[in-house]
Amino acid sequence: MTQPLSGREVAARIGREIPGAVLLADGLGIWVRPGSVAQVARFLKEAPGLEMDYLNNLTAADYLDYIEVVYHLSSMKHNHSLAMKVQCWGPQEPEVPSVYSVWLGADLQERECYDMFGVRFVGHPNLKRLLFWEGFEGHVLRKEFTG
Amino acid sequence: MAVNPPASPGPGNPWLELDRTEGLAIEQLRAATGVPLTDPAAWIDEEVERGVLLTSLDALLGWGRRYSTWPAAFGLACCAMEMVATAASRFDISRFGMEFFRPSPRQADLMIVAGTLCWKMAPPLKRIYDQMAEPKWVVAMGQCAISGGPFAEYVSVVPGVNHIIPVDVYVPGCPPRPESLLHGLRMLHHKIQTEGSGLKRGR
Repeated sequence: MTQPLSGREVAARIGREIPGAVLLADGLGIWVRPGSVAQVARFLKEAPGLEMDYLNNLTAADYLDYIEVVYHLSSMKHNHSLAMKVQCWGPQEPEVPSVYSVWLGADLQERECYDMFGVRFVGHPNLKRLLFWEGFEGHVLRKEFTG
Repeated sequence: MAVNPPASPGPGNPWLELDRTEGLAIEQLRAATGVPLTDPAAWIDEEVERGVLLTSLDALLGWGRRYSTWPAAFGLACCAMEMVATAASRFDISRFGMEFFRPSPRQADLMIVAGTLCWKMAPPLKRIYDQMAEPKWVVAMGQCAISGGPFAEYVSVVPGVNHIIPVDVYVPGCPPRPESLLHGLRMLHHKIQTEGSGLKRGR
């Protein structure tokens, strides 16, 4: 069984390398400042003992006031997992740095997230709609979308 | 690990133009379809006046047509599994001369639309239907193909294939058992037999 890492311990480690990147941490995950996602992702992938080499899942959730992007990470080497979350507060459109350069698997998942929630992943090489067609108005999994 | 870099989203990207063309076609189709097309259902009030010679010719034509209806494979979702089961040995669609699921619309007479039709798939569906040679028939298989089913209110789902193409036989179920599909196909055979030479099929 994959062991979930304590977010507090990981946050303390990140805090020593990238100060101010982690805003909040609990037993299961860490909340990261939107601007430093790519840095933290790179650190989580390469730091000895962590080595989160696999991005299980990248999705988002609309909490009306903010949109939260969720990354589920795990390590094939150490068999442990961690949830990394980013809160994007409005009213401007949510913007998060792309983690495509860290995990190639983020390509389609970021495109789906952009399609459904309108999260702009800055630095993604080909950010366009994945499931809906080009020219479709709105992002369907937003709460404000009424069809 | 060497991976080909994805194409750039910029103006030099040839795929972008394709995406736009596709999106435009979908939007045009969505705007053009509002009400469902009328079902070709004249055969239900049958006993059309026919001459003696035409009657026997029609009977022969109908007999030939109904036992050689080759379906175009158009499996869109889970209903396709039941369609495959219908074609397999337990239910054996070849008892009715339909064992050839054609991958090409040019060789098919019958289109079994099995599964949820999304708007992104609607232009290809219409194109394949248009490419089929007359006479041609359509079976809408499953709730999704009939009315959109549980997804009817969702923006990406077509609320019934009869918004796009005229449907001859509806087979309800979620998904329909192979027996249901066979029953629907038998009804279609009855329809082909009774509607005659096809000269009056004004489509």
